[in-house]
Amino acid sequence: MASNSSGSSSDRQRIAQQRLRIIAGHLQRPEDGDSAVLSAECKGQVSKTDEEKTVPKRRQEIMKWNGWGYSDTKFLFNKKGQAEFTGKRYRLSGMIIPGLKDWMEGTFGANLQHKSPATPVLTSSAVQPPTINEAFVEEVKSTGIPFSHDAEDRVFRAHGHCLHEVFALREGKIGRVPDMVIWPNCHNDVVKIVELACKHNVCLMPFGGGTSVSSALECPPEETRSIVSLDTSQMNRILWIDEKNLTAHVEAGIVGQDLERLLNESGYCTGHEPDSMEFSSLGGWVATRASGMKKNIYGNIEDLVIHIKMVTPQGVIEKSCQGPRMSTGPDIHHFILGSEGTLGVVTEVTMKIRPMPEYQKYGSVVFPNFEQGVACLREVAKQRCAPASIRLMDNEQFKFGHALKPQVSSIFTSFLDGLKKLYITKFKGFDQDRLCVATLLFEGNREKVLQHEKQVYDIAAKFGGLAAGEDNGQRGYMLTFVIAYLRDLGMDYYVIGESFETSVPWDRVLDICRNVKARITRECKDRGVQFPPLSTCRVTQTYDAGACVYFYFAFNYRGLSEPVHVYEQVEHAAREEILANGGSLSHHHGVGKLRKEWMRDTVSSVGMGMLKSVKDYVDPQNIFGNRNLL
Amino acid sequence: MDILSIVDQSKHNYTLRDLVNEEEFVDILEERRNSSDLGHAFRTFSPHPYKGAPSCSTADLKRLCWSPSISIATEMGSSVEEVREEATGILEEMSQNLQLGFIRLMGYTVSKMSKRLFSSINVNMEGLNRLQQAIQEHPVILMPNHRSYADFLVISYILFTYDIPVPVIAAGSRMKMVGEILRRSGAFFIRRAIGSDKLYWAVLSEYVKTIVRTGFAPVEFYVEGLRSRTLKSLTPKLGMMHMVLEPYFKGEVFDVTLVPISISYDRVLEESLLAHELLGVPKPKESTTGLLKATKVLQEDYGSMHVNFGRPLSVRHLCQGKINRCQYNLIPRDLPQKPTAEAQACVSWLAHLVVRIQEEGSLISPWSLMACLFLQAPTTVLTEEGLLWQQLTEKTLWLRKLALDFGARLNWPEKIPDLDVMASSVALHRSIVQRKAGRVYLVREEEPAGKRPISAEEGAFRTAAAVLMMASYRNQCLHLFVRPAMVATAIHIAKTTQRDKIFPFFFFLQDLFANEFIFIPGKSSQDFEEACFFLKKCAAIDVSQQEVTVSDAGQEVLSFLRALLKPFIDTYQVVFRYLCEDGVHSFSEKQSLPAVRNLATKLILSGELYTYEALSSDTQKNVLSALRRLEIVTKSRV
Repeated sequence: MASNSSGSSSDRQRIAQQRLRIIAGHLQRPEDGDSAVLSAECKGQVSKTDEEKTVPKRRQEIMKWNGWGYSDTKFLFNKKGQAEFTGKRYRLSGMIIPGLKDWMEGTFGANLQHKSPATPVLTSSAVQPPTINEAFVEEVKSTGIPFSHDAEDRVFRAHGHCLHEVFALREGKIGRVPDMVIWPNCHNDVVKIVELACKHNVCLMPFGGGTSVSSALECPPEETRSIVSLDTSQMNRILWIDEKNLTAHVEAGIVGQDLERLLNESGYCTGHEPDSMEFSSLGGWVATRASGMKKNIYGNIEDLVIHIKMVTPQGVIEKSCQGPRMSTGPDIHHFILGSEGTLGVVTEVTMKIRPMPEYQKYGSVVFPNFEQGVACLREVAKQRCAPASIRLMDNEQFKFGHALKPQVSSIFTSFLDGLKKLYITKFKGFDQDRLCVATLLFEGNREKVLQHEKQVYDIAAKFGGLAAGEDNGQRGYMLTFVIAYLRDLGMDYYVIGESFETSVPWDRVLDICRNVKARITRECKDRGVQFPPLSTCRVTQTYDAGACVYFYFAFNYRGLSEPVHVYEQVEHAAREEILANGGSLSHHHGVGKLRKEWMRDTVSSVGMGMLKSVKDYVDPQNIFGNRNLL
Repeated sequence: MDILSIVDQSKHNYTLRDLVNEEEFVDILEERRNSSDLGHAFRTFSPHPYKGAPSCSTADLKRLCWSPSISIATEMGSSVEEVREEATGILEEMSQNLQLGFIRLMGYTVSKMSKRLFSSINVNMEGLNRLQQAIQEHPVILMPNHRSYADFLVISYILFTYDIPVPVIAAGSRMKMVGEILRRSGAFFIRRAIGSDKLYWAVLSEYVKTIVRTGFAPVEFYVEGLRSRTLKSLTPKLGMMHMVLEPYFKGEVFDVTLVPISISYDRVLEESLLAHELLGVPKPKESTTGLLKATKVLQEDYGSMHVNFGRPLSVRHLCQGKINRCQYNLIPRDLPQKPTAEAQACVSWLAHLVVRIQEEGSLISPWSLMACLFLQAPTTVLTEEGLLWQQLTEKTLWLRKLALDFGARLNWPEKIPDLDVMASSVALHRSIVQRKAGRVYLVREEEPAGKRPISAEEGAFRTAAAVLMMASYRNQCLHLFVRPAMVATAIHIAKTTQRDKIFPFFFFLQDLFANEFIFIPGKSSQDFEEACFFLKKCAAIDVSQQEVTVSDAGQEVLSFLRALLKPFIDTYQVVFRYLCEDGVHSFSEKQSLPAVRNLATKLILSGELYTYEALSSDTQKNVLSALRRLEIVTKSRV
């Protein structure tokens, strides 16, 4: 204790508290010594693992304020006019992408001479001063939970990644932002914050990874109360792992990549890998009913959660046991799953874990056309033999993927590529403008993977599919992580775009793909978009009774006075088309405020009433006032 | 001209008349007269097909279209195998078997025949170009009006000639030998009385929808259902219309393109046959021998024919806001379902719209204008004293101006002196009129010589046949005048200048005559505005916010228009009188028609009724349909 004597009394107090908690932890600890990771209780102290965590309180230290992802990573055209991906974080990082320039020029009619650069820095004067609820702030101070009124901190939590949000940031336009950001460190902190919020009538908006694409994080402009963004990013610990039941108890602020990495260290994984997993958080997944790419093996978030703890204005909601299934009335988890931050803050989640797969193998299949590809996926779903992931890209997306091929190092590889192309188009007679490709990911033990792989390729062959190699498959999955960076590049050159998704019964998959793409093209034309848009889709998930379809849509907005408005009109039309073709309002992005107008039609008036009455009971003061969903 | 607008809720605010634009017509027979017909028949036929789907053969088509759904079998209480077998039978009976060889044969025959029958077959090339474009983009539905058996042959012939995929055609009846040829030229056959045969309906609808879905070929059908015996447009039938639209409603195609086609004949091949049918002389069975007998027809001159390919209409665009496609989300799409009220209304609206466009797109001949005026003279004058030629020609020129004011598309040769135009029209129609010593007479059909003297009734029938033939040519231009004529009549009945008092009469007339003339549902006030606009344009009336006043000069126009409507009003009155006088409370349709005919004959002979048109069974049937629609009479099965 000698070394500690020089410290302040608060330090001593802190350490004493910590010791006490560790002792308490030992007492609570299960008899067996199986738990691999220990719970570290609350507040202030920097534990060793914290340094490995991705997301700091000041997100600006590593992330862009007006674009996607890490500050050090972006696409740009170098002095030679070649596309380059900067940084070191991704497989594609540091590489030259020779085909991208031609693809962008050819697809969008974009031109490297015509730049539309973003406002370089955030000027604090553009941010309106915070509306402060003094009494609330005073009481928060007394709890010791960190908070901030800093303009940058607030702006970072005022948006997700919808096109209009990012576009406005690039123009330096800042609307209503939270008045304060608060970083609870544990469940109990959240309980205190929610109590105080109710007491002082401030509006709370939970913030996880900030990857929303449904305008869910937009502050309602009509909100006059002080808005407090409750950033869960510091609640990011794995509290325990239960190897007997294969579950882990995790704080809800943890982001996907940390969760997987930490579990991997113990030989486990959740297998939940949404495309946004680098930045999106566990609580966010629960609140939006997220879906992961490998759901065929691991399930979607609703299949993965065993227990949820949520803090609401009425108190904490949770189940009393961890039974794997219950018949105890409507599942209360389903009030929480998809509640989009309107009812409370998810603080802790117990979720299933699996031993890490022994073997992983990518693969790809080329089909002569999209129709055949869809027929194959349908058959795979029918036989219930879908690999961990199976995705079918349409022709446009296949070409897009092709344009993102990095420069090949050897003449031999490019010669081989040439041969492959020759084989497929000339020998097999595939039409370059019709063929499409499915990417596959197999997981499991080696023998089973190989067996499984054969089964899937045999089915594919019946639909004219040709195996097209691991590399194509792997690149397809890599694309999902870099595509958001690509949007920023597009925005530098007058190209704006977005993705959106739906789920649809099998018999309508082809129809919805065709009609929505055609609708987008037509709407763009009608609204004066000069160059035909990129309008492309892929089938990303298969289910027994249907599939999830993902659309990309982007266009060159030169010559348009209100590009974002045009964009929104087209997206709106595309959503109407989706609904008219039997598609759902959303498969996994959620409703937010962007798709609210269709909720009543989607769930019926009675359904709306049910949801509203839950909201009215749980949160009569509308403390969780982000106005999503309802 | 926004008063003509039909699609007001959308940004493309186009008008009926914009949909049918004035274009150059080209005589396609000219080339045939200068080069070999065989060469034409064996020309290289290389149409640009629909791009949206891979091509499919006739056999593919049959295979694709019937995978009997389990639910139909359950509904019918039979096994899937039984249903499949029966369905296959129906499909065999129904389906077309389009073969290029037969198209060539048909092409050769049509070349030979039309050169003999017609002086020219005129086609708007712009329309063909647009059609060619449209066919590549979306499934196309060809929707011609139906005035003659020659209609569909001529359309296929034109498309063959201009390298456009020849259509498959919904045909109403079957002839054995010719039937097979027609089948191989792309016709498929529909039983006349489908009634409640669910399986038949399901197979037919699946067949049609599969053709639309795959874009196998353009589908051609007559939305009027039948060949019009009065040459007046018929109330559209909705069954087939619904079938071709459903693939769009259910999202199976992005869009469906409707191409209205207006066919106008100077003189119709079947004119006398039609008039007799109207009088209740039974229609000859559509047998092959019946057709052969028609060879007499081949020896006469039928003037020219105009085929006007209308502007392609996007169903998607037209149906915006009229149909909620989500209604198909919850039931398998291949399960036959009764259309909802919303879908029915939308289909009906579209069908009426198409028929109106057909009307607007047809060309009005000088003869049709003359027939209007001719029929306004008392019938005795026409048969006995004759009508002064000079009077007729002067009045015709007056009417030509009025027609042009109303925006008519006239087929009036410009380079020929007006008098010669009219004289040659009369000469072309020498089967009905005769010009002698400065007067024009109605020609009644010759009785076979040596028969007993004819009775008064028989005489009346002979006159009626001639009048009905004449009336059908008048009917060719009736659509142009009917709305202003209703305003004229409404002004007359209402005896007021107040606009809001006149409109209810107009609305009443439209409602009552909705089975007689084509009015687009829900468009009455626009129709009223449009009619007033035209009447104002020709200085017949003056229109202000509240008032509609008749100008002095307008009397001539208004009385002409009222007289145009009079035969119809009179006929309706006769039927009403029959229903009221006899105190009939229930009657069978079969009995009522002869009874009405007897009453009308009696009234004509006694001089109480002036119009011989009251003898037209079509009009009589229309009255009954109108009364049923207005729920004044109801139909019950005995």
